[in-house]
Amino acid sequence: MPAVLIEGIHKRFGSLEVLKGVSLSVDPGQVVAIIGRSGSGKSTLLRCINGLETFHAGKIEVAGHMMTQDPTKLRALRKDVGIVFQSYNLFPHLTVGQNIMLSPRITKNVPQAEALALAKEVLAQVGLSEKFDSYPDNLSGGQQQRVAIARSLAMQPKVMLFDEVTSALDPELTGEVLLVMEKLAKGGMTMLLVTHEMNFARTVADTTVFMHQGLIWESGPSKELFANPQTPELANFVKAGAH
Amino acid sequence: MQTFGWPEALFILRSAGWTLALTAIAFFIGSILGGAFAIMRLSRVRWLRRFAAGYILVIQSIPVLMVLFMSYYGLSALGIELPPFLAASASLSIYVSAYLAEIWRGSIESVPRQQWEASASLAHTTAQTYRHVILPQAIRISLPPTVGFLVQLVKNTSIVQVVGFVDLMRAGMLVNNATYQAFQIFTLVGAIYFAICFPLSRLSRHLEKVMNASRSH
Repeated sequence: MPAVLIEGIHKRFGSLEVLKGVSLSVDPGQVVAIIGRSGSGKSTLLRCINGLETFHAGKIEVAGHMMTQDPTKLRALRKDVGIVFQSYNLFPHLTVGQNIMLSPRITKNVPQAEALALAKEVLAQVGLSEKFDSYPDNLSGGQQQRVAIARSLAMQPKVMLFDEVTSALDPELTGEVLLVMEKLAKGGMTMLLVTHEMNFARTVADTTVFMHQGLIWESGPSKELFANPQTPELANFVKAGAH
Repeated sequence: MQTFGWPEALFILRSAGWTLALTAIAFFIGSILGGAFAIMRLSRVRWLRRFAAGYILVIQSIPVLMVLFMSYYGLSALGIELPPFLAASASLSIYVSAYLAEIWRGSIESVPRQQWEASASLAHTTAQTYRHVILPQAIRISLPPTVGFLVQLVKNTSIVQVVGFVDLMRAGMLVNNATYQAFQIFTLVGAIYFAICFPLSRLSRHLEKVMNASRSH
C-alpha cells in the first residue's frame, strides 16, 4: 500500500484553478521532491496532504488515513503526518524542549519523563542537544528550522512534508538543514518536499515531480529527470535553476 | 457651617475604597465575560460569532450611563429592585466586557496565522491550540492596552453616582455641598484618582516597552 495516494485533486481559489487534477503515489520510505515555478500549485498540493488546504474534487489517502474534514479523524491523520514550514513556526513563548514535548504530551498523553527522553533524542538527531532550554528567538534560522524538524519527529510521523523549508534561510544556513533532511531520508522516512534546491532534489530524492500550471507536467527518477527533461518547460526550468 | 477637616477627608478616602472595589469587581466579571465574547467573536460557528458581534456593537454604541439607568431604574420599573452597588457593578461589568472583548479579539488576531497552522498540524484540538499556543502569546500582546483600559475604567466608575452610589467623586461632591471648600476637596479627590491611575499608566507604558524589546530580536 502506498504511504501517500493522491487521486485527481482539483482545487480552486475563487475562480482560479490552482490544481487541475493531480495524481501521485508515494511508497513507504520513498523521498519525493516537488519542483516548479511559484504559482505552479506545488505548495498547495503539499498542504492538501495534511488538510491545511481543502480541495474540491479527488481523494487523498495518507498513512492509512482518508483525508476528511471531520476534526477527530483529521487529528488522527495529522498525528501520522508531520509538516515543516518555510517560516519554522516554532512557538515563541516556549523553550525548544517545551516546543518539542508539547504535542506528544497533549495529543498522545505521553508521560512527562518519556516525552523528555523523546525530546532529547530528536534534538540529538538534528544536532541541537545543547539548545534544549533556549528560546526560539535566540536561535539562528537554520537552528530554528532544525528544531521544527525535531518537533515534527517527536510525533513519530509515518510521512513528513517539507514546504520550502530552506527558502527563508541565508545560503550559508541551508546546508545544515538539508543535511538533517538527508539523514532522515537515508533513515527510511517517507518524505515529500517542495523545494527550490535542485541539487538536493537530484541527489537525495528518489523521484522528482515537476509541476506546471496546476498539473504534474513531468515526473520520474530524479537523476534521469534532471539529466534528460522530456518537456521544454522542464528543460527551461532546469536551465534557469542552474543559472 | 461644617469645615473641611479630617472626618471629611477620611470619608473621601473611604469612598475611594468603593471606587476601587467597583473597579475590581467590574474588571473581574468583565474579564470573564469579555474573554468569552472574544473567543465567540472568533468562533467558526456563525451564530456564536454574530451573537458576540451584536452584543459588542450594542454595548459600545450606547452610553454606559444608559446601561446603568436600565439596570437601576428600568428594572425597578419592571418590579426588580437592584441595590445601587449591584446595579453599578452589573452595568460596569457589561461595559467592561464589550471593550475587553474587542481588545482581546484584536490581540488574538495579531498572533500570526502560521501559529494556528503549526498547532493544527501537530494534531492539537482548537481548545488545545488556544490554551497552549495562541492565548499565551495573545495575553502578552493584550497587556498594555488592557491596563490602559483599566485606567479609563477607574475614572469612568464615577458615573455610578447617578444611581445614588457614593464613590470617590460623589463623596467629594457631598463634602463640597456641606463645606463649600471646593478647591481643597477636589484637589484631594483629584490627587487620589491620580495616585490610582498614574502607576497603572506607567505600568502600561512599561509593558509596552518590554513587549517591543522582546519583539525586536
